[in-house]
Amino acid sequence: MDIKDIIKPENLVYKNTELMTDNTLSYCPGCGHGTAHNVLMGVIEEMGIVEDTIGVAPVGCSVLAYEFMDIDMQQAAHGRAPAVATAIARTWPDKYVFTYQGDGDLAAIGTAETIHACNRGENIVIIFVNNGIYGMTGGQMAPTTLPNMPSSTSPYGRDTATTGFPLKITELVANLPGVYSASRHAVHTHKHVRKAKKAIEKAFKDTRLKKGLSIIEIVSNCNSGWKMQPRQSNTWMEENMFPYYELGDIKVNGKLVNKQ
Amino acid sequence: MAELKLMKGNEALAEAAIRAGVDAYFGYPITPQTEIIEYLMMEQPEKRTGMVVLQAESEVAAINMVYGAAGTGKRVFTSSSSPGISLKQEGISYMAGAEIPAVVVNVVRGGPGLGTIQPSQADYFQSVKGGGHGDYKLYVLAPASVQEMADFVEDAFDIAFKYMAPVLILSDGLIGQMMEKVYLKEQKPRWTDEEIYKMHNDWATFGRKNGRERNIITSLDLKSEKMEKRVHRLYKKYAQMEEEDLRYETIQCEDAEYIIVAYGSSARIAQKTVDLARAKGIKVGLLRPITLFPFPKKQLMELTKQVKGILSVELNTGQMVEDVRLAVEHKVPVEHFGRTGGIIHTPEEILEALQQKLIKG
Ligand SMILES: Cc1ncc(C[n+]2csc(CCOP(=O)(O)OP(=O)(O)O)c2C)c(N)n1
Ligand code: SF4
Ligand SMILES: [Mg+2]
Repeated sequence: MDIKDIIKPENLVYKNTELMTDNTLSYCPGCGHGTAHNVLMGVIEEMGIVEDTIGVAPVGCSVLAYEFMDIDMQQAAHGRAPAVATAIARTWPDKYVFTYQGDGDLAAIGTAETIHACNRGENIVIIFVNNGIYGMTGGQMAPTTLPNMPSSTSPYGRDTATTGFPLKITELVANLPGVYSASRHAVHTHKHVRKAKKAIEKAFKDTRLKKGLSIIEIVSNCNSGWKMQPRQSNTWMEENMFPYYELGDIKVNGKLVNKQ
Repeated sequence: MAELKLMKGNEALAEAAIRAGVDAYFGYPITPQTEIIEYLMMEQPEKRTGMVVLQAESEVAAINMVYGAAGTGKRVFTSSSSPGISLKQEGISYMAGAEIPAVVVNVVRGGPGLGTIQPSQADYFQSVKGGGHGDYKLYVLAPASVQEMADFVEDAFDIAFKYMAPVLILSDGLIGQMMEKVYLKEQKPRWTDEEIYKMHNDWATFGRKNGRERNIITSLDLKSEKMEKRVHRLYKKYAQMEEEDLRYETIQCEDAEYIIVAYGSSARIAQKTVDLARAKGIKVGLLRPITLFPFPKKQLMELTKQVKGILSVELNTGQMVEDVRLAVEHKVPVEHFGRTGGIIHTPEEILEALQQKLIKG
C-alpha cells in the first residue's frame, strides 16, 4: 500500500492547504513553524485572497518560508520585515500584506521597525513566532528567553541581572494606538490551531478595513534549540512559556483587555 | 507643463522625481539633502500624481521600504547623505543580490564619522567598490549641475529597470545646495496597476495573479552552485553596463597635453582651471566621468597617447586616482589633488597643483 491509498478521499480527515507547496519543510521534525505556516496559508486559501496577498519572510529558521508558501513573497533583511511590508502596503493599499517573523528578528534586531510600523498603524498583519530562542543560528539567547533558561550564549541560564527580563513585545506594542488587535496563541494542538486561525482571519479582514496593524503572536517550540524531544518540548512550553507568555487577547478592536 | 525654474539641486531632483511619475519616496532627514524630503512633503505629490512619500524611522528602515515597494514593480527611491548611506548598505547589497530595480541618492558630506555637513567626495570608494557586503557593483551617476540632478532621476530609473539593479546617484553638498536654472520636463503619468501587472508579471510580487507561479524576491541561495550562478549573472550585467551605458564628457581634450579627471562639483571647478591654464598657454583638458561605474577606462588609455600627465581632482585625499592609475597602466604620470574636510578647492589651487605635480616636477 502506498501513501496515495492511505489518503484516499474517504480516509482524509485533514487536508493540507493548497497554498502549501510540495517542497519538503526545512524545519526540524516536531517544530511548530510548519504548523504555523499551514494555518496561515489555510486562512489565505479560505478567504480566497491569494491574488492580492504579499508575504514577507524574515531571517531566522523561517527564512525559506517562500519555499513552502505558494504565494508571492519577499525575503527581508534580518529584522526589517515590518519596513518592507510598510512600503508594500503603502504602495498597494488594496492588497493584503503580512510579515512572518521570529522573536530574534522582531524583538531584537528589528525592534525599531516593529515599533514604528505599529505606531504608524500600518495596515499589515504581523505573524510573530516566539520560541524564546534564536533557532536558526543554533540556539542563542533571545530577548524572549525565559529567566534561567539555558541557551548557547547563556549556558548557565539567562541571568536577568545582567541580561534583563524576557521582553513581552506584543504587550508593549499593544499600547500603541496604531495597533488595532494583539493576541497570543499556540499551534501545538487542534484546539489552539482553531483559535489562532480565527485570529489570523480577523486580522486580515481588519487590515482590509484599514483598521491598522494586527499582531498575532504564536508561542512555539524549538525542540532543537531547547535540546528536547518534540513532545517534551511542547510540555515544557505549556509549563514554562505559557505562564510567562499568557495566551489570549491582549488588545481587541483598539481596546486593551483588562487582565485582572 | 515643461518649465524653466531657479532651484536648489536637491529640490530639482525631488521635483523631477514627481514629474517622472515615480511611485514612492522613503527617507530620513540628514544635512545636506533634507530639502529632498521637505520639498516632497510640501508638494504633496500624493495629490499631484498619487506618489507616496513617507518619513521613515531611520535610513535602515527607509532602504528596506524601498526594497519592499520596488520588489512589487513600483518605481521607488530614497536619498540620504554619507552617514545615512553607510546605514543603508546592507539593504543596497540585498537589492543588488535580489535584483531589485531602485534608485538611491547620496548627497555626500565630509567624513569619516559624523564628519562635517560641508560638501565632499569622500564616498567614492564606498560607491564604486561595492559599499555593502558581497560581490556586487552599483551603476553610479555623478551629476555636476542642478540640471543633471533633475535629469539623472529618470536616467537612473531607466538603467535600474534595464538591468534589474539598484542605481546610485552620487551627488555632493555643493551640487545639492546650489541654485541654478533648471529645465523641468512635463509631467509623466505613473504606471497603472494594470501596466505593472503586465510589464513585471515574471518577477514582481504584487500577488499571485491569474494562475501564474508565485514570484519570490530573495538574495538567498543556500546551494553554492546556484549562488555562484547568481553572482555570475550579476557580473554579466556589470560587463554589459560597461559596454552599453558608460557616460563621460570631454572638454578641450583634443589638443591637451595635460588632463584633469574630475566628476561632480570638482568637475565644475576644474572647468574653470582649464580656462585659466589655457590663458597661460598650458594646454589642459578635462575628462569628466558622468558614470563612475562604468568608468571611462578605455578613453583614459586612449588619452595617454597624447598627454604628458593626468591630475585626478577630487574632494578627498585620493580615491578615484586609484582607478585612473589602473586605467592608464602607468603609461603616464598620474597625480592627485584635492581638499577635504568640507573645504572646496579653487580653480587657481588646482592649476597650481597641476604645475607643481606634473609640469615643474
Ligand atoms: C544582520 C544579521 N545579523 C545576524 C544574522 C544571523 N541570524 C540569522 S537568524 C538569527 C536569529 C533568528 O532568530 P529568530 O528570529 O528568533 O528566529 P527562529 O530561527 O528562532 O525562528 C540570527 C541572529 C543575520 N542573518 N543578519
Ligand atoms: S531550530 Fe528550532 S525553530 Fe528552527 S526548525 Fe529547528 S526546532 Fe524549529
Ligand atoms: Mg526564535
